[in-house]
Amino acid sequence: MLVNPKPLLWLLPLLVILSGVGCQRSRAGITVAGSTSVEPFAELLAEEYMIRYPQSHIYVQGGGSTAGIEAVRTHAAQIGMSSRSLTSEEKDLYAVTIAKDAIAIIVHPKNPLQNLPLEKVIEVFSGKIRNWKELGGNPHLIVLVTREEGSGTREAFQKLVMGKEEISLESLVQDSNGAIRQVVSGDPNAIGYISLGLVNEKVKALKISGVEPHLKNIVKGRYRLVRPFLFLFKGRPEGEANSFLEFVLSPEAQELLQKEGLVTIRP
Amino acid sequence: MMVEIKEKIIEKMLLLIAFSSISILALIAIFIFGEGLPLIWKIGPKAFILGERWVPSQGSFGILPMIFGSFWVTLGALLLGIPLGLACAIFLCEWTPPWAAMVLRPTMQLLAAIPSVIYGFWGLIVLVPLVRNYLGGPGLSILSGSMILGFMVLPTIISISEDSLRALPPSFKAGGLALGATHWQTIWRVLIPAARSGIVASIILGMGRAIGETMAMIMILGNAVKMPSSFLDSARTLTTNIGIEMGYASGEHRQALFATGVILFFIIMILNSSAIILSRRRMG
Repeated sequence: MLVNPKPLLWLLPLLVILSGVGCQRSRAGITVAGSTSVEPFAELLAEEYMIRYPQSHIYVQGGGSTAGIEAVRTHAAQIGMSSRSLTSEEKDLYAVTIAKDAIAIIVHPKNPLQNLPLEKVIEVFSGKIRNWKELGGNPHLIVLVTREEGSGTREAFQKLVMGKEEISLESLVQDSNGAIRQVVSGDPNAIGYISLGLVNEKVKALKISGVEPHLKNIVKGRYRLVRPFLFLFKGRPEGEANSFLEFVLSPEAQELLQKEGLVTIRP
Repeated sequence: MMVEIKEKIIEKMLLLIAFSSISILALIAIFIFGEGLPLIWKIGPKAFILGERWVPSQGSFGILPMIFGSFWVTLGALLLGIPLGLACAIFLCEWTPPWAAMVLRPTMQLLAAIPSVIYGFWGLIVLVPLVRNYLGGPGLSILSGSMILGFMVLPTIISISEDSLRALPPSFKAGGLALGATHWQTIWRVLIPAARSGIVASIILGMGRAIGETMAMIMILGNAVKMPSSFLDSARTLTTNIGIEMGYASGEHRQALFATGVILFFIIMILNSSAIILSRRRMG
């Protein structure tokens, strides 16, 4: 009598799962997790690092600043990434600023507005100014575009710009810098905020209180909407994590970050 | 004897596999309720369901705007999907020449197979600017979302309605025609009322699809957390609330998203059980 192989088939998924477990164990490496704003830059740096040290493995994951902080605390990741300053409860982690990123207020290129005082930005985003006419533009309702709750960019914008004022609940909510840029580039009445590094020709970054969001102005501290990109460690960095950090802070890596639109920590 | 034992073993194994798939559903349900219910109890079911403010960073968790968002988007989708779907089903049953059926049916199945992100992307690039330019508002609106969803529920409505029309005994149609009614009178007065429960079931299942859709809606609805006041307003549905905020949520915020899932779970359960009850009545 032949043995029917069919019942054995459903062992297959089990085997696949088990082999997956084996794979993870056999490769040592460090995990970098957190802010999706920092993620693309960390990936770039990790690639460069792995070209230099082919034995090393650096896994970069997103998830958000808060998730990154949680991951470092629970040892799920050796390095956490955050695109906002730590709150007082989070100060137990060792934080290193790897670069700075400016937040640009963007509008459609056809929007006649060039400059917006910071107080007006607050009034616009809190919903007190609702029409472009009040800012000297065309008589049209302002379409606010913001990031979702929990986003590091939103938290930084809240802290740097809004202060105690609440971002209007009327605002459209998009879940990435790219989605905000997409909406603003398509709607002549929209206004939003994104990382300066991601501003392209399809949108226009406004001057804030007369200061253009430019590298020079950021370095000199004239443009104020700047947030730190942090690497977080539980305790002092050591081993592979430390050597990756040293690489990230090295002049060549910093130059790479500057090319990508970030502001380096050393002028 | 050997054969019988083997049969028994196979039977038991299949039983085990069947139950394991259900137990996964049970595990998901237990997990969602375990994560979500504590928050609902903490702030009170009434405050959670009827609260109009959703500002997780300040600890306000009210999902009424999302319930309204889901309701309006689904209603809009059905207003578009029901007439189109029913017309298509009637045409497929009663008038379609064979060559047209050969084109229509596969096309309709293709409609069901297109990933929702494609619908969303198309809506964002084509439909949203049209609505913004011709009707006003931000374009990312309930109207755009309803239009896309209306198309997405079509395959469900068409295929189940068509099945229930075809399941009618041929004597119904013959009787109607024999009494001197025209073809259309027979369809409208005899066939559709007779197939009513199946058609209603198809609509309810389409509704379930509409309420559950997430990806396309995140891209098209604009996701503002406010009570929508017109069809040109942006809105957020229960599913997109989870989808858009899950990436960054932690602590109570995360629990609140699971709690949103609990409410969604109840809505879908009610919809699906009513569809099952209605289609049983058809069989009986």
